[in-house]
Amino acid sequence: MSVPEELYYTAEHEWVAISDATARVGITDYAQRALGDVVYVTAPAQGTRVTAGDPCGEVESTKSVSDIYCPADGEVTEVNPEIDEDPGLVNSDPYGAGWLFKIKLDSGDQVPPGLLSATEYTALTAEAQQ
Amino acid sequence: MPDPQSPALRRTPLAAVHAGLGATMTEFAGWLMPLRYGSETAEHNAVRKAAGLFDLSHMGELMITGDGAAAVLDYALVGEASAIKPGRARYTMICAPDGGVIDDLIVYRLAESQYLVVANASNAAVVAAELAERSDGRGAEVRDRTADYALIAVQGPRAAAIVASLTSTDLDQVRYYASYQATIAGSEALLARTGYTGEDGFEIFVGPQEAAPLWEALTEAGRGFGLVPAGLAARDSLRLEAGMPLYGNELGRDVTPYDARLGRVVNLDKPGDFVGRAALAERAQAAPTRVLVGLAGQTRRVPRHGYSVLWNGEPCGTVTSGAPSPTLGRPIAMAYVTAEMAAEARSAAGTSQGRLAVDIRGSAEPAELVPLPFYKRPTPN
Repeated sequence: MSVPEELYYTAEHEWVAISDATARVGITDYAQRALGDVVYVTAPAQGTRVTAGDPCGEVESTKSVSDIYCPADGEVTEVNPEIDEDPGLVNSDPYGAGWLFKIKLDSGDQVPPGLLSATEYTALTAEAQQ
Repeated sequence: MPDPQSPALRRTPLAAVHAGLGATMTEFAGWLMPLRYGSETAEHNAVRKAAGLFDLSHMGELMITGDGAAAVLDYALVGEASAIKPGRARYTMICAPDGGVIDDLIVYRLAESQYLVVANASNAAVVAAELAERSDGRGAEVRDRTADYALIAVQGPRAAAIVASLTSTDLDQVRYYASYQATIAGSEALLARTGYTGEDGFEIFVGPQEAAPLWEALTEAGRGFGLVPAGLAARDSLRLEAGMPLYGNELGRDVTPYDARLGRVVNLDKPGDFVGRAALAERAQAAPTRVLVGLAGQTRRVPRHGYSVLWNGEPCGTVTSGAPSPTLGRPIAMAYVTAEMAAEARSAAGTSQGRLAVDIRGSAEPAELVPLPFYKRPTPN
């Protein structure tokens, strides 16, 4: 299972890449494996105000559906246009082409509060597998 | 995720093979089973277009032996087991006195006075107990032989070519729902032309110690035919497309075979009494209050087990199984709905647009009634 060092994580299995006061958000490799083949993603629309910890979308797979929890406060600036056409990108490249949306962060260049480091997230998933 | 170390879960003789293939394992009816090996959609498509290899060793194998075996099963089951010819098999059910389904079964008549009853893993113990009780004093012995058998299925249009390369048995003799004692890749096996995918295919019963060598031999033989290992996730979406019921979803104690569109398995004309007869005879005459229907979603959101079906905005039924259909490219579902609603929707066909929906987490997603099964394999020429 891949957990890139440079990213931040939530306990609900989203990852966050921060640059220029903007967070790019997706779901982790662990999450996509647990879900199985993703068939449909509902992401928050561009321009939506989002609040950390709130459900803001859904990832639907062959066997189940789960909420996407917003990792930070801010405004959605972009939604990955490729995902609607090819939701399988979430499985094949969860940290790359499978990104879901971008948020302009209220915290600016500061890391939003409450996010986990790669080490912390790895520990959390190891626990879940026990 | 299941703890692979949990001692509480039963393991099939192929557990090490699945671990070697990197399968995602899941708990199913007390067994640790492969859910998928890679992409379940790819596994599904492989079974439709080439072939898939399944470990079904969790299924219950119950052996009924003795001069009274046929009479016992005629009394215990809703079908007429005594009418099955040795070497043939039949899909049937065991019902409670009130007509509720205890399990759906495949009954193989192996010899004049020997039957193999294959039960769902979740019901095997209950079925064994019921059969033992119903056989009391009728001259047959019921034994749970689940641990003595591994069950491997090869399903798909290339299944026959793959199995043929490993046996001298002429597979043209092994018709649909027939079984045959055969040597496959050196293993003595019961080879049955049955399945749960909507495709041609075989289910192969072998001793537990033969399971891994047979799996390897089939994998090797299937290499040029596009055979892939397939898990329970693909098995479920394949059976759903084929309109086949799953116990716990479409079938249960509160459902009769008639509700599930399977009244044809009940033989009210067979001589002698059988458990559930009176209730089922009554049910066969009565107008149904609910019917099992097929639904196709008109959006990409997927109706799932337990979701409400809406007709003109009012709840009129419940989804029993639902999934995105890889073959149809849209969500499909089976659901029990009121007979009234089904009749109205059918007579309004064409103008029912927008009136039928599934409540998907608070949002009414439009759906339409479609005939079952959703998928039928192309008939061979």
